[in-house]
Amino acid sequence: MGGLQIPLEHVLLIASCLFSCGLAGLMLRRNLIFMLMSLEVMLNSAALAFVAAGARWGQPDGQIIFLFILSIAAAEVAVGLGLVLQIQRRFKTLDMDQANRLRG
Amino acid sequence: MAVLWLIPFLPFLSATLMLLSAGRMPRYLSAWLGVGSIGLAAVCVALVARAYLADHQVQELTLWTWMSVDNFTPRIAFRVDGLTVVMMSVITGVGFLIHLYSVEFMWEDESICRYFAYMNLFVAAMLLLVMADNLLLLYLGWEGVGACSYLLVGFWYRDPDNGRAARKAFIVTRVGDTAMALGLFLLFTELGTLDIQPLMAAANDRWQIGDTLPILATALLLGGALGKSAQLPLHTWLPDAMAGPTPVSALIHAATMVTAGVYLIARLYELFLLAPPTLAVIAWIGLLTLLLAAFTALAQKDIKRILAYSTISQIGYMFLALGVGAFASSIFHLVTHAFFKALLFLAAGAVIHCLHHEHNIFRMGGLRTRLPVVFLSFLIGSAALAALPFSSGFFSKEGILLSAWTQPGIGPWLWAGGLLGALLTSIYSFRLVFIVFFGEAQTEPDRQPGWQMAIPLMVLCVLSLVGGWFVLPLSGVLPDPGHDPVSHWVEYISIGTPLLGLTVAYLLYLGRQVSIASLMASPAGAAVQSFWYGGARIDKLYDLLLVRPFTGLTHWWRNEPVDLLYNALVWMTRWGHGRLVVLQTGELRWYATSMVFGLLLLLAIVLRDSA
Repeated sequence: MGGLQIPLEHVLLIASCLFSCGLAGLMLRRNLIFMLMSLEVMLNSAALAFVAAGARWGQPDGQIIFLFILSIAAAEVAVGLGLVLQIQRRFKTLDMDQANRLRG
Repeated sequence: MAVLWLIPFLPFLSATLMLLSAGRMPRYLSAWLGVGSIGLAAVCVALVARAYLADHQVQELTLWTWMSVDNFTPRIAFRVDGLTVVMMSVITGVGFLIHLYSVEFMWEDESICRYFAYMNLFVAAMLLLVMADNLLLLYLGWEGVGACSYLLVGFWYRDPDNGRAARKAFIVTRVGDTAMALGLFLLFTELGTLDIQPLMAAANDRWQIGDTLPILATALLLGGALGKSAQLPLHTWLPDAMAGPTPVSALIHAATMVTAGVYLIARLYELFLLAPPTLAVIAWIGLLTLLLAAFTALAQKDIKRILAYSTISQIGYMFLALGVGAFASSIFHLVTHAFFKALLFLAAGAVIHCLHHEHNIFRMGGLRTRLPVVFLSFLIGSAALAALPFSSGFFSKEGILLSAWTQPGIGPWLWAGGLLGALLTSIYSFRLVFIVFFGEAQTEPDRQPGWQMAIPLMVLCVLSLVGGWFVLPLSGVLPDPGHDPVSHWVEYISIGTPLLGLTVAYLLYLGRQVSIASLMASPAGAAVQSFWYGGARIDKLYDLLLVRPFTGLTHWWRNEPVDLLYNALVWMTRWGHGRLVVLQTGELRWYATSMVFGLLLLLAIVLRDSA
């Protein structure tokens, strides 16, 4: 446990900042690519919180969960980008408001 | 006996095969299957009958237990005694001839496969009815023939009138069936069994003659018998049931199904003997029905309706015999009636077939030389129906009238009524013969009946002639007190009455000694004619008393108050849907945002509670 210790509170603060940024992006952006990126940011903020908590209590669980999140994010991007391609082909746009076909 | 189960099973199997083929079975195959299965069943019946006649041993066969609920364990079991042998022989024998006849009659019909399927199913149900060892199985057959009757009356369903006639037949008999079901419930709760033999033994053990319970039970069973056998007041369905093909009328509405009520009462005779009031009611209903139907038959124009009313009238004789306790005479008349009524219907069918589906007797005439085979059949059938001496109907009707005469108290009245009926029967049957086969030709026949029609007619002719000499194996099965020797003039009168009727018919319709037309032209004559033509207006009466109030009630009750609750539920759901549907925008960001705010709200609630 050598080296400089970063207080847990700081890390959590950064994580929640990242999470808020991602959430705001998700709610505000209309482009699907950006929405996907916002999702990634949110996932990573959660992963950062896990790593920090694992380091704080000296447990490996945090890093294990980080690896899980990493693989989930990879899978999600793979599927998501496939969908993005299809949507681009079908609607000729990535603007989610214009791709809305639902007639309420 | 091993072949016993085959008897109802063969027709049932062929009916199933034909129904499963969904009408795609070739004509030849359906005809062979339909006629052949009944023929094989008839052969089996002949084997069974020979065994029975040899040693008079009751044959029983239990296949399996139908269901087992507490102490209610009806079995699928058959019991064959003399009465059942007689009924089975009539059903399969006459049934086979009618099936053979149908091959030619229905050959040009597109749904001949469906026709034979229903006919076979009907025969199977009727055999089940007469072979059943317990009343529940009997009731299964009873309902089976009712259903097949519905299907066959409405066979040509494209004409809405036929559908109406089929529904009428089904609903009117259902009224009786409901009473019968109640009777069965009563018998089971009181006696604890529905097996016929133990049931009658238990009834004799527990009940005295004239107790209330047997009277009630037999009255309810009588309701079922009245419906099925088309007796007053449930007889109105039978004339309309003539909407079906003519062989159907021969098989169902003359030879077999309508006799189910007679069979039921004869089968449960020990029960009915415990209820003298019911028996008296049966006798009076029989008498009233036979007179009413005979009068009505006199005024009809449609050849099949005349025969239909004559069927009602003849079954009235059977009920009269049952009512005076002459059970064997009743069954004897059932058998001879099956022969000559099947003959008459088949002959009428041949006339209709050869005359471009003409039903009105006043547009026939002069067919004596043009259709000689049919004329001979009709003449023999009418002679037997009118009970001319030495025809089969003579012996059976004679037995009934003499049994009625010797009945103490009301006997002579019943006898006189029966005699009047016999006179009328003779008049209307020869009226039919004279109008259709004598006089001037109105319509030319366009073909002659082929061998499939002629052979059944010939066989039935012989049976109608010699049927009176048959000795039915009923001794020991049914009691027939017989009758004390009666003075000869009673017998002479019963022999002379049909001859008198024949003479009257000759004078009125052939010799033209008395002008029937001028009689009809007078206002009184026309009123009487129209009264009886409408079947004594009983249909109109039922329409006024039952049908109209019922339809009126249903019309008025269309917006049922009970439905209001459910309609309110439907309305509320619709309203809620209308309000909530605005949330379903399809905008992804809107969903995400609402999720976030929902989450925040939940978090706030959780945090506030834990704080």
